[in-house]
Amino acid sequence: MSTATALQLCLLVPLLGAAGIVAARRRPNLRESITLLTAATLLGCVLAVLAGFLHGDVPTVLLAEPVPGLPISLRPEPLGVLFALLASGLWLVTSVYSIGYMRAKRESHQTRFYLCFAIALFGVMGVAFAANLLTLFVFYEVLTLSTYPLVAHAGTPEAVRGARTYLGILLATSIGLFLPAIIWTYSLAGTLEFTPGGVLEGRVGDAGAALLLGLFVLGIGKAAVMPVHRWLPAAMVAPTPVSALLHAVAVVKAGVFTITKVVIYIFGLDFLAGVPAERLLVYLAGFTVIAASVVALRQDNLKRLLAYSTVGQLSYVVIAAMVLTPLAEIGAALHMVAHGLAKITLFFTAGAIYVASGKTRVSELDGIGRRMPWTMAAFAVGALSMVGVPPTAGFVSKWYIIAGSFQNDLYFVLVVLTLSTGLNAAYFLPLIHRAFFRSETVAPKYDHGEAPWPMVAALVLTAALTVAFFVFNGPVVDLEKSIVGKS
Amino acid sequence: MEHLQVLVVVIPLLAAPLCALLPGRRVPWLLATTVSWIVLWASALLALEVREAGVLTYELGGWAAPWGIEYRLDAASALVQLLIGVVAAVVLPFAGTSAALEIAPERQGGFYAALLLLVAGLLGITATGDAFNVFVFLEISSLSTYLLIALGRDRRALTASFRYLIMGTLGATFYLIGVGLLYAMTGTLNMADLAERLPAVADTRTVHTAVAFLVVGICLKIALFPLHLWLPNAYAYAPSAVGALIAATSTKVAVYLLIRIVYTVLGVDFAFGQLAMSSVLLALAVLGMLTASAVAVNQPDARRMLAYSSVAQVGYMVLGLSLASVAGLTAALLHLMNHALMKGALFLAMGCVAYRLGGTRVSDLAGLGRAMPWTMAAFVAGGLSLIGVPLTVGFVSKWYLVLAALEQGLWPLVIAVVASSLLAVAYVWRVVEIAYFRGPARDGVREAPWSLLLPTWVLVLANFWLGVDTRVTVGLATQAAQALIGAAP
Amino acid sequence: MTLTIGLYNYWMVITLMMIGLYTMISRGHLVKKLVGLNIFQAAVFLLYISMGFVRDAAPPILEPGVERYSNPLPSVLILTAIVVGVATTALGLALVLRIREAYGTVEEDELHRLDNEF
Repeated sequence: MSTATALQLCLLVPLLGAAGIVAARRRPNLRESITLLTAATLLGCVLAVLAGFLHGDVPTVLLAEPVPGLPISLRPEPLGVLFALLASGLWLVTSVYSIGYMRAKRESHQTRFYLCFAIALFGVMGVAFAANLLTLFVFYEVLTLSTYPLVAHAGTPEAVRGARTYLGILLATSIGLFLPAIIWTYSLAGTLEFTPGGVLEGRVGDAGAALLLGLFVLGIGKAAVMPVHRWLPAAMVAPTPVSALLHAVAVVKAGVFTITKVVIYIFGLDFLAGVPAERLLVYLAGFTVIAASVVALRQDNLKRLLAYSTVGQLSYVVIAAMVLTPLAEIGAALHMVAHGLAKITLFFTAGAIYVASGKTRVSELDGIGRRMPWTMAAFAVGALSMVGVPPTAGFVSKWYIIAGSFQNDLYFVLVVLTLSTGLNAAYFLPLIHRAFFRSETVAPKYDHGEAPWPMVAALVLTAALTVAFFVFNGPVVDLEKSIVGKS
Repeated sequence: MEHLQVLVVVIPLLAAPLCALLPGRRVPWLLATTVSWIVLWASALLALEVREAGVLTYELGGWAAPWGIEYRLDAASALVQLLIGVVAAVVLPFAGTSAALEIAPERQGGFYAALLLLVAGLLGITATGDAFNVFVFLEISSLSTYLLIALGRDRRALTASFRYLIMGTLGATFYLIGVGLLYAMTGTLNMADLAERLPAVADTRTVHTAVAFLVVGICLKIALFPLHLWLPNAYAYAPSAVGALIAATSTKVAVYLLIRIVYTVLGVDFAFGQLAMSSVLLALAVLGMLTASAVAVNQPDARRMLAYSSVAQVGYMVLGLSLASVAGLTAALLHLMNHALMKGALFLAMGCVAYRLGGTRVSDLAGLGRAMPWTMAAFVAGGLSLIGVPLTVGFVSKWYLVLAALEQGLWPLVIAVVASSLLAVAYVWRVVEIAYFRGPARDGVREAPWSLLLPTWVLVLANFWLGVDTRVTVGLATQAAQALIGAAP
Repeated sequence: MTLTIGLYNYWMVITLMMIGLYTMISRGHLVKKLVGLNIFQAAVFLLYISMGFVRDAAPPILEPGVERYSNPLPSVLILTAIVVGVATTALGLALVLRIREAYGTVEEDELHRLDNEF
């Protein structure tokens, strides 16, 4: 099949899956099989796009043209293909995990859950393969709206309130800052197409460029740069599979992915390098990293701790993108993958602990490593990746980011990275220690062992991938080299 | 058909008394629906002709303009006529079921007669090229509106209608004064002829006064802040079908009238150059957008909330037209069409709710997401369009509006548009939350009948279709804007 | 002199208009509001008619030897406007009757109070 067809299928398959899920709503086993089949098919389509792309086939697929001169179209490029691969692959894993989770907890509204997941993945595919800013914005909003029911899933007053914060912040930033930035870009450059080298060179002065970049960074709320990060901890009211895939991988990565694409393909690395005020945003991202880590230190609720850890890790990617050197940009791309794999493992673990023992707080986790060895081993792998210790994925991406900062003499970044590594260690390592090396202090509600096997299988797989990425990152690096080769 | 231009007004006008005389409920409704579909077909044909020819003229009674009354159809009028046709063709089938419940049996014939008179009046305003003829049709449509609103179930419909009567007649009389003074200065009532003769006398105090009366009178009809006080109650307490029809058409036709007066009769140079109308209209538009959206957030009744939202959206249109550029006028006309689609869909959805629940208090909507899924889905879709989510018509018109403001470097306007969009998120999402996430599903409440859902969903789907394929709407709006600004003599 | 006496019709029109507007705003009784509206409209009619007066003019029927005809158009316009005014008043009065039935009062303050109790 041609790459163009594969591209369109990447969007079509999740939608068809969504329809199938609704049709099968009264037959849970059939419904879940449809989800798994859809996820597997989607992964296949993304691989087809990857294969075509590696052969040099880069088609542009026009979907619609709502405003004359501004098409909604798709085009594969290295960052997008990587993101799509990550999201679709992890959707398959998360679906397995979700089945275990939802059935163990006997959750209600399961059809709505799987349906919204499918639509969210449709949004992710659109974001990943968008050929221009307008297309990206359209699917970005689809992603926000389709994940709202997932956050409010439990239906309890806290869930509704959390979902309101989630939607409020994401829509406020996207309509209030992101959209005006897009329209301003269009009025300056006359186009919104992602172009190597950017489209704004010579069209806007330094002050204007800095302001525009600021609008983008804060408007892309999904990247959770402070102070628009509050939606992430608020979204932790969602069921854990939602937090795992969406708020460790899909939604947040869509945010940093968008920022990276805007920096590379709308502004252009060389143009931005000549804008001194761009440093301010590096400082803002650096501040986010440190502040988020400090707040995480003080969290007792495990999911909230992971949420703040995510906020910090996302700003790693933002910093890396803003360092503007080739190695750092590659580091940004790598960290998208590394963090995605490690964080999803951590969230899977948190969910497994909750399902098996009912525990949600760090202080209750003493000795749980004895009862749930596989789970906590995976947790350890994920935590080590967060800290950046070999042989985990986190080490590779940190290496590239540090190397990139050296290229630019940005010592501020080095300081931030070092400090945050220390902070990450400060809240993750004690947790691992108490899980394995302390005896149980808080009795669980009932005697338990590991979580249901689909959940354990999923988290072991992602932990393994985290380690595998350390070894097999060559192809990914080669793929991403091309984004900076041309700019 | 060379008489099509006048037939499009005459047919509903003649069918109206026929409806009043016919017995029962079904027969008048059938006649009214058939007439509305004929009007839709006629206005579509006329729009196609205008696409080719540019301007269509028709002399009533064979008397030549400027002494005779001339019907003049250009791109802007064709656009609004098409809009009225579409909305009437969708709302009248809806009315068949909803009016059966809301209107007393002995008044059914009169109800449909008044609806047809309303449609005829609105079409007449757009079709004619004579300033006084506009007044006549304006009053025809207004009188039928007062009558229709008063037929609402809640007794507050009566006081709402009375207040609208007083304020509306005041506005129309102001318009009359303006036309009279212009006639005194130029000796003609034909709008094209006025445009030619005005520049010679434009500097006199009489003409300035006339313009003031004209604009204030029309702004009363538009419900531009702060002349909007009649609108919330009128929209909230009218019968469902009436609410949908007037929300989607009345203020739009009034905006069209303002555009016609300001751009065609007065001309861009006079209105925006000498009179500096821009600043006044801009300021009022922005104030309206922000305050109305803010007030909408706390309304206890859903239709009243939508009414305040309409006041804000009218502000968008006036914003666009006060920019005095092709881009601004295109945005205004585009939003005119798109808002009619959005508000029409939302009011029809609320009509479905009222059909089952008897009222539309927001607190009563708890749990409706499960009990009336199609209805609430229609509301959510219309709400997304109102917010301006991409792939809906709301996004397209907002895009053009912001682009037009940026073209003139007017940053504060962009901020105002964005702020009121965010407020729209607040008041739409309030309803979504209550309907879907609060309270158990209601038993005893069934989904609305398909005769109500079908028209609602036609408008909802139009929101999405025309949000993706914008060639028709944007094409018409651009052509109209270029004709209006380019052709000023 | 020409400013006041010569333009006496305009002064009367303005006076009547203001009376009408004031009545509409200040009086709470709905029928009185309608009367105010009528006075206001009558003022406008007088404006048109008085503006359209042509001195020493013959009725507008073609006759040989007549130079100056009066202008039929303002009168025609006003006839239309009068009809519109009559219809509006009729509708307004019908509404007042219905309001009386539904509320038991036709005073605006009372109506406001009763409405807000809902």
